[in-house]
Amino acid sequence: MLLSVDHVTRYYYDQPVRGVVQSHRLMPSQCAGQKLVSWKVSVSDGQMGGGFRDGAGDWVQGWTVLGPVNEITVRVTGQIETVDMAGVLRGHKELTPPEAYLRSTHPTEADAALAALADGLAPLQDALAAAHEISARVSDAIVYTSDTTTAHTTAAEALAQGTGVCQDQAHAVIAVARHIGLPARYVSGYLLVGVDGAADEAAHAWAEVFIAGLGWVGFDPANRCCPDDRYIRLGSGLDSLHAAMIRGIARGQGEESLDVSVTVQASQTQSQTQQ
Amino acid sequence: MTSYFNEMYQGSAVRAPYARLQDWMTSMPAELRQMKQAEAEALFRRIGITFAVYGEGGDPDRLIPFDMFPRVFSGAEWAKLERGIKQRARALNAFLVDVYGRGEIVRAGRIPGRLVYLNEAYEKSVVGFVPPKGVYSHIVGIDLVRTGPDEFFVLEDNCRTPSGVSYMLENREIMMRMFPDLFRENRIEPVDSYPEILRRTLASVAPAKCDRDPTVVILTPGHFNSAYYEHSFLADLMGVELVEGQDLFVEGEFVFMRTTEGPRRVDVIYRRLDDAYIDPLCFRPDSMLGIPGLMDVYRSGGVSICSAPGAGVADDKAVYTYVPEMIRFYLGEEPILKNVPTWQCGKADDCKYVLSNLKDLVVKEVHGSGGYGMLVGPKASAEQVEQFRARITANPHNYIAQPTLALSTTPTFVAEGIAPRHVDLRPYCLVGERIELVPGGLTRVALTEGSLVVNSSQGGGVKDTWVLAE
Repeated sequence: MLLSVDHVTRYYYDQPVRGVVQSHRLMPSQCAGQKLVSWKVSVSDGQMGGGFRDGAGDWVQGWTVLGPVNEITVRVTGQIETVDMAGVLRGHKELTPPEAYLRSTHPTEADAALAALADGLAPLQDALAAAHEISARVSDAIVYTSDTTTAHTTAAEALAQGTGVCQDQAHAVIAVARHIGLPARYVSGYLLVGVDGAADEAAHAWAEVFIAGLGWVGFDPANRCCPDDRYIRLGSGLDSLHAAMIRGIARGQGEESLDVSVTVQASQTQSQTQQ
Repeated sequence: MTSYFNEMYQGSAVRAPYARLQDWMTSMPAELRQMKQAEAEALFRRIGITFAVYGEGGDPDRLIPFDMFPRVFSGAEWAKLERGIKQRARALNAFLVDVYGRGEIVRAGRIPGRLVYLNEAYEKSVVGFVPPKGVYSHIVGIDLVRTGPDEFFVLEDNCRTPSGVSYMLENREIMMRMFPDLFRENRIEPVDSYPEILRRTLASVAPAKCDRDPTVVILTPGHFNSAYYEHSFLADLMGVELVEGQDLFVEGEFVFMRTTEGPRRVDVIYRRLDDAYIDPLCFRPDSMLGIPGLMDVYRSGGVSICSAPGAGVADDKAVYTYVPEMIRFYLGEEPILKNVPTWQCGKADDCKYVLSNLKDLVVKEVHGSGGYGMLVGPKASAEQVEQFRARITANPHNYIAQPTLALSTTPTFVAEGIAPRHVDLRPYCLVGERIELVPGGLTRVALTEGSLVVNSSQGGGVKDTWVLAE
């Protein structure tokens, strides 16, 4: 499928700030099933800093903006050809050993309730089935509901209240998978949502679980499926913080507010560009 | 009764390295000694060097006791130590490059992957990045104890930012000021080149994008840090700027320092700040001490950070057990310096052995430091032993145990005159384009009679450490 993305993030400061520094994970992963047609990231008044591909295969790009500024805009526009790989990440070059994804972090700490979601699972017999089951159980236990959690809600807290968004569900899948010894990580990306889909879902997140013999496999508890050709994968990490599309900090006293809009559309016509 | 190796006496005979100190010692009247001791204390106070060493905490304004009786190595003894220390520093760095690369040592089954990759000190964010010259740990502090004429054991490795080197330099400075004759009578290798070698080492690992004489800075958490004295002392001696996070900023592909003449590009940062705090965009988002964006500049070759982020995975107490294996695996050599045999309470068999031999063992917390949370079996009361038994049983993974080592003694000035006291040694190995070691280090001494704990927080002091020229 040919997908077009327009992702705009505006930062407003109530007083001018002296400068802004950001670290981006905004380039689509280089893997089978994702072929870039065009892709551009821009930062208003920004100077591009150092960039590198990290051990997890993500392109990380630094940016700085020299102040004083009241507002900055980060814009991602691009087109990408996607193919349904049934959730399996293939052809993705990375060096980080899967074991490094067994370490839990604060938002992915498994408490007794999360651990209980793994009851009866047999990852040693069939890891793939166990991972599917975890994702399904999390979808049931944490009902997708907007505005009931914050960026800092932990998986345990979301489970306790029974509601959350894709970030909370992904954290929960990760927590349960790691609890039974399956390496798991957080993935950020974009999703083509149907006309009836929630608009805030277009900037999306899901989980990947490492299945021996198969590799990393994506699970999206928010949509009860594995990522297909509606998904664009950008970057990964131990949790939402480490996989964030944009991490930034402003120098100065100004209070920051933020406005995000993401549009993902399927193009009707196939691209003419051959790359 | 355990017998301890006395570094000065073999029976009643004086060992060669200490020969000239015999006269000095016996001919010094008690009044002179007391006067000199008071003078030394006054000097230390004037310099402002105070208590905190190795991040042990404690009262930062207390002086660490200085013992005037030097600890002496012959040239031949040192030559062997030097080979062993450099060998270890090479292996530790090779290990770090490997585990952030292909992890050959894990693939070869020579060290369990979990021990490395699940370690809190393993930094996922630097996987795939090879620092300039392939060096992660530029200053390796190796803690050694001696148990016999030719027997040395490594207690632990410090690959991040080992402190205490200012004591090595100050102890020498003060000894030379107080006893100039001693330095005429003995041919003692100088240690005062350390700051210059450190500067050269740091400059030699300038980043790929640096095309000029590199600008080196020391990054300190600030004056409230217990080792701040050392940070400013080294900056001074190296002739480089001492900066805090707020003095540095990232612009484009580089890091700059604010100066009165405007921004100046920085190439090498010798940081005395833990990984977690150096960049809120990569590590702890709440850190106010670091430089936002630093890690992006670092990983794209715009600045070097010493020690390299992630170096801590090599000096973990559980990873320590495998250092001899690293030496064999990467260097194809046999270890020159021995490890202390270590039982990991996390392993069932080891734990069983430890619990039934607590009276004879030293038990340490895996992540502990500074001599806290430590059981010295032979010196402990029955009650203390039982407390530890309960703690180990409750959380075995948190403990390792080692045999009680018969730490060597050297003569030490005490209230009653001169008496043997137990010592250890921390030399500072510098790794850059070359591997260098100044002949000396920091000798810590347990001032309490019979004590084997040399930590300053537990009543330890320091001594000048001599290496005699051959």
